[in-house]
Amino acid sequence: MIPRHLIIGIVVMLVVALAMGLYVLHMRGTAGRAETTAAAVQPVAPPVSGPTEQVTLYVAYDADGSLRTQLIRIPLPAGRQERAQELLRALLSIYLGNASPHPLGPDSEVRDVYLVDPGLAVIDLNGAFAQGHRSGVLVEELTIFSLAETLSANIPGITRVKILVEGKETESLAGHVDLTNFYDTATMAQAVRELQAGQ
Amino acid sequence: MTLWSGQSPHKEALINYEFLVWRRTGGEAGAYIGSARVLLIVVLAATLLSSGSPDEKHISIYSNVANYSLPVLQRKGVDYVGLLELLEPLGTVSSTTSRDHWRIRYNNAESEFIAGKTRATIRGTGFGLPAAFLLENGRGLVPLSCLSGLLPSILGGPVSFNQAAGRLFIGNVAVHFTAQVSQTAPPRLVMNFTSPVNPSISTEPGKLRMVFSHEPLVAPGSRSLTFDSKVIPSASFQESNGAAEVIVTGTVPLMATFSNDGRTITISTPQTAVAQAPPQPAASAPPAPTPVPPAAAAPAQTPPAVSSNRRFFVVVDASHGGDERGAALSDQIAEKDVTLAFARRLRQEFEARDLPTLLLRDGDVTLTLDQRASTANASGAAIYVSVHATSQGTGVRLYTALTPPAGQDHGIFLDWDSAQNKFLEASSLAATGVAAELRNQQISVRTLVAPLRPLNNLNRAAIAIEVAPPGSDVTQLNSGAYQGLIASAVALGVSDIRTQLQAAAK
Repeated sequence: MIPRHLIIGIVVMLVVALAMGLYVLHMRGTAGRAETTAAAVQPVAPPVSGPTEQVTLYVAYDADGSLRTQLIRIPLPAGRQERAQELLRALLSIYLGNASPHPLGPDSEVRDVYLVDPGLAVIDLNGAFAQGHRSGVLVEELTIFSLAETLSANIPGITRVKILVEGKETESLAGHVDLTNFYDTATMAQAVRELQAGQ
Repeated sequence: MTLWSGQSPHKEALINYEFLVWRRTGGEAGAYIGSARVLLIVVLAATLLSSGSPDEKHISIYSNVANYSLPVLQRKGVDYVGLLELLEPLGTVSSTTSRDHWRIRYNNAESEFIAGKTRATIRGTGFGLPAAFLLENGRGLVPLSCLSGLLPSILGGPVSFNQAAGRLFIGNVAVHFTAQVSQTAPPRLVMNFTSPVNPSISTEPGKLRMVFSHEPLVAPGSRSLTFDSKVIPSASFQESNGAAEVIVTGTVPLMATFSNDGRTITISTPQTAVAQAPPQPAASAPPAPTPVPPAAAAPAQTPPAVSSNRRFFVVVDASHGGDERGAALSDQIAEKDVTLAFARRLRQEFEARDLPTLLLRDGDVTLTLDQRASTANASGAAIYVSVHATSQGTGVRLYTALTPPAGQDHGIFLDWDSAQNKFLEASSLAATGVAAELRNQQISVRTLVAPLRPLNNLNRAAIAIEVAPPGSDVTQLNSGAYQGLIASAVALGVSDIRTQLQAAAK
């Protein structure tokens, strides 16, 4: 005969286990919905308004395979990370425009930019960016250097850049240019100089 | 479930099939919601899922339609497999659950199972199971040991099941092979397969191991093969956990090269791989420092053998291949095909100038970047030339490596990611020489640096060539005359600076 208090104890433990299981399932569902909503609404912080500043964008031109600097004025927030996001937003608006010198696939976005001290910038691209990107050594290199050099030229202190796709490390952007390693901005400068010369 | 391609064992399409199955059966499982029993199962299943074992047991299924693998589930000491998941890639399958009864329809054959019972009805005929049928959240599990009897009844055709090895062959799909040691000096083991294969290859002292996870490879007459060779005395065939393995023993370091579109694997010492090329004047050289690949990558070859009689030769690497098509240059032209054709032409041009050449990929096979770098590093070549093709722009682009921040070298072992650092000067020299010859041929050329693997992993002069069409017509990339013109200039460029490259390799 099992003692009555033991039976009650087991029943109580089972009820607690079931309740916790249900609660965990409920919380997982809520968290999943929240993430989806956040991602769908705005991948990068909303555009800012206010006084504008002059910045230097490194814009890729497929016609002659070059990387050219372009000075524009855009409103920039005070925070470094937000500034980085705005810079890349401005760059992508050129690439996604009608007369794009270096077209990207539809729905290409920079999901986020993280500035991690000391000197590391992490650029997180969305899946459509990589999937819709044309495949080729030069065309991929132009994209990566354009993003990285634009950040490096306008945000002081960036010494390394890492590119992720959908928050994960990927072997290459579209089959060629390596995304597994960090880009050293000093080393990259040599390549950028060569690309600025064009064909 | 991991699903591989049906006809080509090179392709590996990873599909999270479990998710599809659970979605499909979700409607039936919904009938139980409200019952404490289902809640208990949900809690227990969540616990089990979160504590999955890394050494999961698998069964591999090979058929004319698809090759794939499934996890084997253990219940009360008995191995089970999901029947719906097993049949899904083979035909049209649907299942319904009604209380303890689980009905599955495969094409036009209907079968019925009852949870907890060992009797089932297949195509209207009774069938005895060796252990009880299990129904878990609408998912029907059958004992693994019944498959050799159950599947012929459902599929209406023969199957061959090796339960101990976890390998199930549906129909006549087996890939056979022969192995023979050629009496050259040093000897080579030539393995010929009846279909293309793409094993993962690793080496350890005295052994070269090839694991065939995706191919229905079956044992030769004897599982243990002996050869009349002191260098390669034996090989053995083993099967376990859904994969076949061929282990070649050798008294010297061995490397494997693919040819004949993946139907032939030649096992040899690194020097033998280029022995077919014309002999060259001997030059004494110490071994080049060895970059160390990351632990996760399986190098295809052993570290370079010390050679006191090194000859100048070239490694040409046709980029992409197998299930990695590279760029779609047009609707019909894939980059991997252009690079292979161009690489073969390059070999022809190099060898016409007495420059022995090793082609890393001489067929439509998949090679990882680490495998390419390991093979090139082990080969002892003076220069590595990678070939790419593009539809964008015109002419030729020559790349040397843009290496990442340098890691730490340990003696002769170089940091894998920045191994090229010490050879950048030689690489630039090669690029400059080749560019000069291309310009002499009136071909538009540009020299650049690029973060392009595996250039940064190589411990010798290394360049990449990206060939664009001469004008707006992409089909010109396939033109023999255009390829020949570029290949000739590249070979001449390398030939002109071979003395400097040889000196740099020392």
